[in-house]
Amino acid sequence: MDFRYTEEQLALRETLHRFIARDYDFARRRALVSSPLGFSAEAWAQYADLGVLALPFPQEYGGLGGNPVDIMVVMELVGQGLLLEPILSTVVMCGGVIRDAASEAMKRALLPQIGAGSLQLAFACYEAAGRYDLASVACRARPSGDGWCLSGRKNVVLDAPSADGFLVSARVSGQVADSEGISLFLVKRDAPGLTLRWYPTQSGGRAADLRLEDVVVEADAHVGSPGQALEIIERAVDRSTAALCAEAVGIMTALNEATLSYLKTRKQFGVPIGSFQVLQHRMADMYIAAEQARSMCILATVNADSKDVAVRRRVVSGAKAHIGRAARFVGQQAVQLHGAMGVVDELIVSHYFKRLTVIDLTLGDSDFHLARFGESLRPAGQ
Amino acid sequence: MDLTYSPEDDAFRAEVRAFLDARLPEDVRAKVLLGKRLGKDDFMRWQKILHARGWGAGRWPQRFGGAGWTVVQDHIFEEERAEAGAPPQIAFGLRMVAPVLMTFGSVRQQEYFLPKIIAGEHFWCQGFSEPGSGSDLASLRTEAVSKADHYVVSGQKTWNTAGQHADWIFCLVRTRSEGRPQEGISFLLIDMKTPGIEVRPITLLDGEREINEVWFDEVQVPVENLVGEENKGWTYAKFLLTHERTNNAGIGMCKRGLHTLKEIATDQLVNGRPLIEDVRFRDRIAEVELELMALEINNLRVLSAAAIEERPIGPEASMLKIKGSQIIQQLAELRMHALGHDALPYLYEALEPDWVADPLLAEHYPAYAPPVSGQYFNLRKTTIYAGSTEIQKNIISKLVLGL
Repeated sequence: MDFRYTEEQLALRETLHRFIARDYDFARRRALVSSPLGFSAEAWAQYADLGVLALPFPQEYGGLGGNPVDIMVVMELVGQGLLLEPILSTVVMCGGVIRDAASEAMKRALLPQIGAGSLQLAFACYEAAGRYDLASVACRARPSGDGWCLSGRKNVVLDAPSADGFLVSARVSGQVADSEGISLFLVKRDAPGLTLRWYPTQSGGRAADLRLEDVVVEADAHVGSPGQALEIIERAVDRSTAALCAEAVGIMTALNEATLSYLKTRKQFGVPIGSFQVLQHRMADMYIAAEQARSMCILATVNADSKDVAVRRRVVSGAKAHIGRAARFVGQQAVQLHGAMGVVDELIVSHYFKRLTVIDLTLGDSDFHLARFGESLRPAGQ
Repeated sequence: MDLTYSPEDDAFRAEVRAFLDARLPEDVRAKVLLGKRLGKDDFMRWQKILHARGWGAGRWPQRFGGAGWTVVQDHIFEEERAEAGAPPQIAFGLRMVAPVLMTFGSVRQQEYFLPKIIAGEHFWCQGFSEPGSGSDLASLRTEAVSKADHYVVSGQKTWNTAGQHADWIFCLVRTRSEGRPQEGISFLLIDMKTPGIEVRPITLLDGEREINEVWFDEVQVPVENLVGEENKGWTYAKFLLTHERTNNAGIGMCKRGLHTLKEIATDQLVNGRPLIEDVRFRDRIAEVELELMALEINNLRVLSAAAIEERPIGPEASMLKIKGSQIIQQLAELRMHALGHDALPYLYEALEPDWVADPLLAEHYPAYAPPVSGQYFNLRKTTIYAGSTEIQKNIISKLVLGL
């Protein structure tokens, strides 16, 4: 057993650390949030140069053959720097689906482009009525000529405004909540019949609602076997959930550092407020919460690609439920300990807090994952 | 022991309800219920309507133009007001500076200011906190130098709410630097139009601009605007904070928030059923509702005891502030979680009264959604302002428990 990062992972971490310090400080990030694109095109190109965008792909597709722990390293830094670029959507989520399930031709066409930073994709698999249920798909796909014709709605598609294309779940048979009968399609941004309504998110990113009205795609836009996409989707979402957990851990670590520093420097009643026992104990609880969260994150990360679906679901959902709560505690208490300084826009503290909140609400909230984790529980002795 | 409302109380509730039905402007009501931004005009218009009915200041004694309500009547009014979607009254004038003026102010101050507060002509704000003086308020440094017939005030206040709207500010200023810090503080009333005052907005985490820094650069304040005696300001401030806390349970607002939560959880679906029927989420609502039930009675017990014994409310007010602020935060958190993905869009413009969702958005994005996440973020301030939860617990430990 060995919990240490490899030399390569430590080097990647150090590189990203330096990049954030040099090119992505809080002032820069704030400017990016209100820029037309909403993130940095230069940073995206730099990630491509560093190999981050090709990290999880096999070498024959221009990738680096990285594993989920490599992604964990990246996502922790995404959290610490509050990076806005769509690494999760494009590389982990959509890139992961293509790597796992796409045809050889699609892999050859798309994975090198993603790795080079010239293609961005967004994952359009949630619908308004379904909440966090990926099987709740009302969007329909019917055969049309050699290809398919899609109609339906997808809501709050993260990173959609800048995406060149979308992976869209659509039903080819069965009823809205059936796990069978769901297919996955690659839909280009400029496909006739596709409309976007974009907006900023609560944590400074961008998202959009999608309307598909008789959007026609070619046969080769279909990913995987017809009607069997739910398994592919769940696998990609589980892997992305583990990555999101790592982002949360990165934020909690940074937020605890900021709070600890504030406790040591902010003086009231003539002494640093960190000399008050009630705040010392609170800070100790925040430290424990972040360490527990890191451990759950590690557990989820090393099982994120597990062939045993039951194990993968149990561990990933367990981590997301646990980390959602830890993030809420750490975020709320970091704000509380900063006093009024914790609720101003000017300090990074409130931005970390908002990002933790949004992470809790993304890819299933704590309640959703607690229930999914609970499904694996059996009466003792059985 | 009798927890029933008297026939007079029931009649009063009916009267309040009828008044709210008839006189609360529909546009203001719609803004409040949908969480839209309220402007100064909305608050002042409502205050004037209340004043015309003789209810401009429910708890003020009748000799100052108040309605002279009992604590129970005040509770009934607040409950009905919040439920109907009427805006809260601005506390800075009515519940904060006014009691100080009634108790420690000069007759001239009482005769000039109180009628303007109750009539909605003067909008007040507070100048207490400073960058280096939050929980440790007595360390404040904004100084007022005494000249012949005026003070010259210089310094900086912060975390000031609604200073951009205010006609007047009540300030704690340092008039003596020797001795205990508490014994060199005075309580000044300052006209916001006086030269040398600058209000600089602070953007909060939800993007709203309701909080300010207020800078004073050699601002001249006539000596007749000193309240009571010089260097006794700390006593008046403590008195004020006690009065401020009497409404800190915020029962009416909590009930309104609970009601909205249930509406959202009824409309949102999980596995095709209303979220409110989901056992896990229902339990979460139930737990907060129980806390609120207990707090409502707790609040009435504290207020009744103070009324019967004809004394101001004591340090037990800290308990009401702690619980009330926690409940309002928990309700906001549940409302946000109830929304699921719809909690994620940040639509700043959607809080303007005339905003209409475009068709694509309106297909799934409900009218109640836009303010919800921002409220969760913004309401983190409730356990920080007006004496943080940690400071309130210090008060309970020391003054109630004797530790």
